[in-house]
Amino acid sequence: MTTLAVKHRRSALRTAAFLSPWLIGFSVFFAYPLLSTVYFSFMHYDGFRPPTWSGTKNWTYVFEHYPLFWPALRNTLWLVLVMVTLRVVFGLGVGLLITKIKTGTGVFRTLFYLPYLAPPVAATMAFAFLLNPGTGPVNSILEGAGIPAPAWFADPAWSKPALALLALWGIGDLMVIFMAALLDVPKEQYEAAELDGASAWQRFRYVTLPNISPIVMFAVVTGVIQTMQYYTQPLIAGKVASGVIQGAGTQFEPGYPEKSTLTLPQLVYNLGFQRFDYGAACVVALVLFALSMAFTALLMRRRGGLIQAGDQ
Amino acid sequence: MIRRRTLLEWVAVHSLGVAAALFFTLPFVFVVLTSLMSDSQALSRDLIPDTWEWGNYQRVFDTPGFLTWWRNTLLYAGLGTVLTVVSSIPVAYALAKFRFRGRNLSLMLVISMMMLPPQVVVIPMYLFWAKQLDLSGSLWPLLIPMAFGDAFSIFLLRQFLTTIPNEYLDAARVDGCGELRTLLRVVLPMAKPGVAAVALFQFFYAWNDYFGPQIYASENPGAWTLSYGLESFKGAHHTDWNLTMAATVLVMAPVILVFFFAQKAFVEGVTLTGVKG
Repeated sequence: MTTLAVKHRRSALRTAAFLSPWLIGFSVFFAYPLLSTVYFSFMHYDGFRPPTWSGTKNWTYVFEHYPLFWPALRNTLWLVLVMVTLRVVFGLGVGLLITKIKTGTGVFRTLFYLPYLAPPVAATMAFAFLLNPGTGPVNSILEGAGIPAPAWFADPAWSKPALALLALWGIGDLMVIFMAALLDVPKEQYEAAELDGASAWQRFRYVTLPNISPIVMFAVVTGVIQTMQYYTQPLIAGKVASGVIQGAGTQFEPGYPEKSTLTLPQLVYNLGFQRFDYGAACVVALVLFALSMAFTALLMRRRGGLIQAGDQ
Repeated sequence: MIRRRTLLEWVAVHSLGVAAALFFTLPFVFVVLTSLMSDSQALSRDLIPDTWEWGNYQRVFDTPGFLTWWRNTLLYAGLGTVLTVVSSIPVAYALAKFRFRGRNLSLMLVISMMMLPPQVVVIPMYLFWAKQLDLSGSLWPLLIPMAFGDAFSIFLLRQFLTTIPNEYLDAARVDGCGELRTLLRVVLPMAKPGVAAVALFQFFYAWNDYFGPQIYASENPGAWTLSYGLESFKGAHHTDWNLTMAATVLVMAPVILVFFFAQKAFVEGVTLTGVKG
């Protein structure tokens, strides 16, 4: 009786059984809430009175009247252009440096990597202290050296550069990825280039870069995705710099100073959990969804992309 | 001539290395130094403590709530890791080794989920947990979903499992093992480094998570985690940078200790997340 059909059905059941945790998780914790988010984006809902249809009102509110939306998007653009670029360049630089270090490599690598592990809240708290204009060691040192010291997280012009500095401190993830890529570049190509009399810069430009360009691309795209989801660090930096004490009844208007640290995920929190405007919160959530998906698609379309290992 | 050039290069490279090492370590050093200052000195611009106040750490532990945050964080990170690993392994195995229609689609959906921030679905999820199940004020809304697989863990494990040659699986099947036995007896022992990496990432994720506890636990201080509580600690001691920095050190230290014990698995995992290719 073990016909092909029975065998087929049995293997389908087996596959379903192995996939079942995720099938349930995907439906209940992803597909259903995603559809629900679309639904709520067209409803007026404050969590107390039953939701009512409001057409595109939430959408026009977010794009035309919500004062935090465009500043958050502008900040994201700044962070993508400056912070992501700096992180990729610095990550590549540190990766290169670690491949050249011949003495104490392990110690250097561990020291370079450690900051990446610092929990975001703790790391931001540490930088809020290090960069505070009153007693912070960084400004003490800068002023001691006669260099004009900025107010960092307390100054709208310097809060994002301070966040970028924090992001450069935690470069460990990119360092490891670039290091692995650099060690994979075939040695013969360097030897051939050297025989041809190529300078160090030429070897980097014509041998290293072409070999690691897929990894650079990967770092840029994942960097953009991470930046659109940037939440904890700008939020904590703003809260600590503003001196708002967390607790019952305090309302923190995010983005201190002057909306300069606002990012899109903070708007979902602000609209949903501070203003109780769930409909508008869902609109921002969908903007975040669309942007993340667009860049994820870019990542997956890349030749030999994320999925290749072991696939034929 | 060559020797002199290589010596010069050695000096240049290692000087840069030392400079970079200072950039990466000085923030830790200043944080630790400040955490050991007396209350009055912490208000000054001094860099090095006059007296070494190790008692500051005791004062942090004595702060009401701090031990509760520790317990909650250990529960969230520990139980969460176990749930995630156990529920993600069979899924990753099926995606790596079974042939079925929709496999590539499933994999693409896993990657899409992995790339989405929690904020995208948080409104309906919050309404579900808080209004329908009345579970807000606890960490259960964060822990329960972990029993149903985590996209990043599934993806990472799947990447690892595809590198295990099919011959081992076929041999087990020829010996009469069912798929579950093959997975438990043959595949898992070979996949230990991958499982370790996933467990570490998940542990760190939960330890570091701020948004989840902010949404679900904030209304009940008895359910706060360290990452969430640290901020209120700062609020309560707003000018006492010494105590805030001591608390910060106590939040960072476990992660760094775990890293030193499991460095190899961790770095292996980071390389696995991306990108060979």
